[in-house]
Amino acid sequence: MAGLPAYLVDIQKEIEGYAREYGLDFWETRFEILDYKRMQEVAAFGGFPVRYPHWRFGMDFEQLDKSHTYGLSHIYEMVINNNPSYAYLLEGNSLVDQKMVVAHVLGHVDFFKNNYYFSKTNRRMIDGMANHATRVRRHIERIGLDKVESFIDTCLCLENLIDPMSPFITRTSPKKDEAKKADEPQETPKLRAKSYMDGFINPPEFMEAQKRKMEAEKEKPKKFPPEPQRDVLAFLLEHAPLEVWERDILEIVRDEAYYFAPQRQTKIMNEGWASYWHTKIMTQKALKPSEIIDYADHNSAVLSAAPGQFNPYKVGIELYRHIEERWDKGRFGSEWNDCQDMAERKNWDKRLGLGRQKIFEVRKIYNDVTFLDEFFTEEFCNDSKFFSFSFNERTERNEIDSREFKKIKNKILSQLTNFGEPFIAVEDANHENRGDLLLRHKHEGTDLHIDNAHASMEALQRIWRRPVHLVTVVEEKKRMLSYDGKEHTSRTV
Amino acid sequence: MTMRIDPDHRRFRDIVRGKIKQDLRKYISNGELIGRKGKDRISIPLPQIQMPRFRFGSGQGGGGGVGQGKGGVGDPVDGGKPQPGQGKGKAGEGEGEHVLEVELSMEELAQIMGEELRLPRIEPKGKERIITQKDRYVGIRRTGPESLRHFKRTFRQALRREVAQGTYNPANPLIVPIREDKRYRSWKTIPLPQSNAVMIFIMDVSGSMGDEQKEIVRIESFWIDTWLRSQYDGLETRFIIHDAGAKEVDRDTFFRTRESGGTMISSAYKLCARMIKDDYPPSEWNIYPFHFSDGDNWSVDDTSLCVKILKEDILPHANQFCYGQVESPYGSGQFIKDLQEHFRKAENVVTSEIKSKEHIMDSIREFLGRGK
Repeated sequence: MAGLPAYLVDIQKEIEGYAREYGLDFWETRFEILDYKRMQEVAAFGGFPVRYPHWRFGMDFEQLDKSHTYGLSHIYEMVINNNPSYAYLLEGNSLVDQKMVVAHVLGHVDFFKNNYYFSKTNRRMIDGMANHATRVRRHIERIGLDKVESFIDTCLCLENLIDPMSPFITRTSPKKDEAKKADEPQETPKLRAKSYMDGFINPPEFMEAQKRKMEAEKEKPKKFPPEPQRDVLAFLLEHAPLEVWERDILEIVRDEAYYFAPQRQTKIMNEGWASYWHTKIMTQKALKPSEIIDYADHNSAVLSAAPGQFNPYKVGIELYRHIEERWDKGRFGSEWNDCQDMAERKNWDKRLGLGRQKIFEVRKIYNDVTFLDEFFTEEFCNDSKFFSFSFNERTERNEIDSREFKKIKNKILSQLTNFGEPFIAVEDANHENRGDLLLRHKHEGTDLHIDNAHASMEALQRIWRRPVHLVTVVEEKKRMLSYDGKEHTSRTV
Repeated sequence: MTMRIDPDHRRFRDIVRGKIKQDLRKYISNGELIGRKGKDRISIPLPQIQMPRFRFGSGQGGGGGVGQGKGGVGDPVDGGKPQPGQGKGKAGEGEGEHVLEVELSMEELAQIMGEELRLPRIEPKGKERIITQKDRYVGIRRTGPESLRHFKRTFRQALRREVAQGTYNPANPLIVPIREDKRYRSWKTIPLPQSNAVMIFIMDVSGSMGDEQKEIVRIESFWIDTWLRSQYDGLETRFIIHDAGAKEVDRDTFFRTRESGGTMISSAYKLCARMIKDDYPPSEWNIYPFHFSDGDNWSVDDTSLCVKILKEDILPHANQFCYGQVESPYGSGQFIKDLQEHFRKAENVVTSEIKSKEHIMDSIREFLGRGK
């Protein structure tokens, strides 16, 4: 590990000083300087120096390398959610770029440390990833590359079947409840009646029938899992007939999926926050007059939005600024909401100065969905010239289809909810009493990509080793897709 | 520079090669790759390499998105896909559906084709001519020009000497090389054997060869060219087109011309024989004439003239003579039968009937499968 050159150490100290003054709260951050090739390598590894052996990282590397060669992309910065945090600077960047990156990175580290959705992630993931690599290598030595690799492929197909909220809540505690229920002698339910009427309203024959019904209910096989399980990977880990090494690999894939989930949950907030702080620190403290042009040039590239693009950096920073302004001027609460007078709204300023405090609070407790749901207001939408677009079959191009606030907001939220991926849960692990696995797709208006669904079901079947079924909606008809290890079938249900 | 990503990258390239091999027949027969040929690299789209997972299809609420900027309802939106920009290293979470384009060198492609078709390596005939010499630095010596002084070795030697003499002072590590310490790179001249090969493509462009037939010829020549190039350094190609008369053309014309008229195959063979005689002394050259036609020659007399030229002037010099007959609705297809009749015993004549694009692979195997 090469030490950071002295002039960069000075820059880091300087910028960290400014950041602390503003109240940013970050872990120790270790910067490393990498040439572009190494940068691409680390980027392909998701920011880590070591990952388990898998061709997908090689594929990502090739794509990064190619887009670098063609001048399409340029990785400025990378930072890992870890304590101490590690961040990388690109060798050969100009000094002003390095300053900007350091400031940006500190914003991220503050976010990692303080945002609630990161609170359950492994802060020693750099070791975690290295351990995963060792474990997978050991399996490869024992089992063979082809077998292990193809099992990793299988697991990666199901990588998104996790429940990002599950680290925070216990979805079910069925064991206790049920144990209690079974112990207690249960009363036979009867219809309500005054005592003198009881013999007529609940005659003995009726009571007998009720009792039988109850017992039949008890006899009936319990559904398993008792409630739909969204953490499909956890369910498979616990209940699928896996070899020890297979379980280990599935666990690794699940672990890493959960580690990365908060970054996907807070893309806009995280990038917005880091951009907010790098601009603030740079423009108010760190910039020298001679650097302003370069800074402005590069900063505008980071925060630009070509038409049709949703740039999380730009949307994030604008939203934070919008929130800051609203709370500075007191544009919140029922008084503000009820005010219909446009002129009054425009000049509304209570000089509360609560903006800074508010955005720190926002960065602590929100994620992208709640962030946009709460703060993406009609005014913000109009001021920032948002539109929604869709593909026009006739002209074969993407076209603006609306500038209506409601429609735009719905579209944003639906694309962010569950990372814009379908909700799929395990419904029954003993479907038709044959040990088949039944999953249900919670259909919310958009069909699944059928080829992908088929391939994913094949992966599920390989792990479950019994036929798997998926209830979904295809072209407005409820259908059950099945795969038994040989062929795909589909029927209407 | 060795990198930790290297094994993963190699593995990925292997998988790519496997995928290409699987679908090689498809790639070969549709001619799409030829259009994609860059200088010596081609890029191949591989949609199926992405990790499948449960995701939304397009249509209904799935398509489209939200953007920012000017424009009214109905205005086009450029791109529409998020582009890879500056970002944090969250690779592996690729967004949107993009087709992966993989780049391959022609060399690799030829290798893949060779493996899939089980083509043997070609044994070059004739003695290996020395055509180039190359100087390579191979060692170190004590004398030489200053410009070749090996800096590191010289100082190492000086250090060694000073330590041995006891004049080396670790507190003040000053090392001054003297004349005996100086080391120079030395070189060796290595002769590079090289075998020469020429391909002479002959195509019938008479009225009966339609666009589809020419497309087949075009694709097949491309692959043969690719394979032979991987086998020989400095491969030459010559192109002859003929109807009732023959002429030499450049590559571009060869693939594009549309002539019409009768067919006198002998005219092309005469030209080919003269080319060999003038430019390619058979003792030094591996010669591969390829002739593609729909097999509808002008007259029986001309056919026997062809046979005579082949026997006397071409076959004795060529490694292998290949005749590919494309099926055409107009031609009689007689020529291939005539050739087969006359050259049943000849070892270096290969004939192949290419009925459609799907048969291109088989035909290539027939032509190149003998390793001549």
